[in-house]
Amino acid sequence: MPSSYTIERRDYPPGDLAIWIFILAELLVFAIFFATYAFTRSNHVALFNHSQLSLNTNLALINTLALITSSYFVVRAVAAIREDKTRLCIRWLIAAVMMGFIFLVVKIIEYHHHYHNGINLRTNLFFMFYFSLTFFHFMHVILGMVILSAVAIKARQGHYSSTDFTGVETGACYWHMVDIVWLILFPLIYIMK
Amino acid sequence: MKYQSQAVAKYYFIAAIALFVGQILFGLIMGLQYVMGDFLFPEIPFNVARMVHTNLLIVWLLFGFMGSAYYLVPEEAETELFSPKLALIMFWVFLAAGVLTILGYLMVPYATLADITGNSLLPTMGREFLEQPTITKIGIVVVALAFLFNIGMTALKGRKTVITLVLLIGLLGLAVFFLFSFYNPINLVKDKFYWWWVVHLWVEGVWELILGAILAFVLIKTTGVDREVIEKWLYIIIAMSLITGIIGTGHHYYWIGTPRYWQWWGSIFSAMEPIPFFMMTIFAFNMVNQRRRNHPNQAAVLWALGTSVMAFLGAGVWGFMHTLAPVNYYTHGTQITAAHGHLAFFGAYVMIVLTMISYAMPMLRGREAANSNKSQVVEMWSFWLMTVSMVFITLFLTGAGIAQVYLQRYSDTPQAFMVVQEKLATFYWMREVAGVVFLIGLITYISSFFVGGKEAEEIA
Repeated sequence: MPSSYTIERRDYPPGDLAIWIFILAELLVFAIFFATYAFTRSNHVALFNHSQLSLNTNLALINTLALITSSYFVVRAVAAIREDKTRLCIRWLIAAVMMGFIFLVVKIIEYHHHYHNGINLRTNLFFMFYFSLTFFHFMHVILGMVILSAVAIKARQGHYSSTDFTGVETGACYWHMVDIVWLILFPLIYIMK
Repeated sequence: MKYQSQAVAKYYFIAAIALFVGQILFGLIMGLQYVMGDFLFPEIPFNVARMVHTNLLIVWLLFGFMGSAYYLVPEEAETELFSPKLALIMFWVFLAAGVLTILGYLMVPYATLADITGNSLLPTMGREFLEQPTITKIGIVVVALAFLFNIGMTALKGRKTVITLVLLIGLLGLAVFFLFSFYNPINLVKDKFYWWWVVHLWVEGVWELILGAILAFVLIKTTGVDREVIEKWLYIIIAMSLITGIIGTGHHYYWIGTPRYWQWWGSIFSAMEPIPFFMMTIFAFNMVNQRRRNHPNQAAVLWALGTSVMAFLGAGVWGFMHTLAPVNYYTHGTQITAAHGHLAFFGAYVMIVLTMISYAMPMLRGREAANSNKSQVVEMWSFWLMTVSMVFITLFLTGAGIAQVYLQRYSDTPQAFMVVQEKLATFYWMREVAGVVFLIGLITYISSFFVGGKEAEEIA
């Protein structure tokens, strides 16, 4: 392993320090988005509550479960590589990516439903936020899936082992970030009344 | 210099500096016209001086980027340039096109220039920063294609590095987005909408990739820090640049007739645009602190650090100042914009090109790694003169902008544009004085190439 200071093995934070800088920057963008949403909502509570009724909470719940499950799979993947079980690690990673696919499909069904009902970005302030936030998150799910796939491919090529699994942890950290953002987004947009 | 063909960069750098001088002279003319409206009228009207000032900036920065690429890519790819001859031919084509265009601006009225260059066949003229005759634009595309081909082939036949990849993506993006300068819809909203795809997606998008790649290259060379570390930073920085910068285009769409959601998108994403610049500052200082060796070219290190700080201030902080829609409602198109434009262009793009020239020129002129101590001292003086005077230009314009916003737009009794401009004269005079100091800094910079040439090279 290269002996540079950012990638040397340390217990905390897990994964590469660089991904944490990226995660923090990403979280900052989402935080600003959430804060703006909350501020705007406080000025238009009735509009937001009314518009919220046309969202499908059940589908969002399925997505929440899909992402939480995928995070669990990623945890199993990290645990597997720590025990040098590369093939198992790859399987868990593929399972996590599959959960990501489920999320995307369900989200597309939701979008299709809105589109069908003539609801779009310009419908009102609530839907402007709804589409912007969820689509921005949607793109992050795709990026997370790309990262997990890249980790799986590298694992297959034998780049990771019980002594060198920083790459797997790095991918896992990013995926957990994508999951956590949804765990805030879901109650904020779908549930909060 | 490791590869003979890197020598073509020298032509590009010399042309860049020569055009830079022209840009500053026209800046001073314009600055004076702010307070003496008929200065050099009718020979050089204000609108022409402005066009020459901004066009020269773009052209010389392009020369600087191309020169940097011709120097950087062979060294990164560890192979000679694919075709030094093509690079030289394109140099002369681009220089001729650039000089002829500027002469066209100065010698004949703009409408006549449009006529004689056949603008009616494919109308693209008449838009800010993209004033070039259509035929010049076509020339730029040809030069850009030949350049990308040359650089791309060099990268393909040699070692592939992250720095080359990022630089190539940036340069490819530069060429692709320039194509929108040929799209000239009748609808004014669409016209402005796509105009920004050239202007914004250049300076707040793909140019940041070029900036990041050149900065990373100079830092690897001067600090000796591991390539993996620097490349990782580069990845994060460009990812953040693109995440924030692309949708950040929205901060130009507030008042041009686009749907309202752009006010939200533009505000939120562009408010994040300082992040990659801040990362760049941390990155540059971190790498220099972690250095494994002291490079003899301390002037280049100074420029590299200076770029990271001034880009953050100019592009990041001064951009953030007026990027939120409710603020921009008042500040749009005022001297605040001019202040931001000056510090951002200088801090990010002028300084990165000067960083690269500072690093490469000693080798291109036959030195081992650096100029003599005497030459470097003069160069560092020019760094401080130009940087500090540009900070003052920015501060005076910011002062003028704040006064303008208040008097013309915010107060209970708003006053007319020209009435307000008269009241800002003091700011404009101070700006002009700072501009003269900048010119002195530029002359000092050029003189650094001619002093201490016979003295021994600085050693670390």
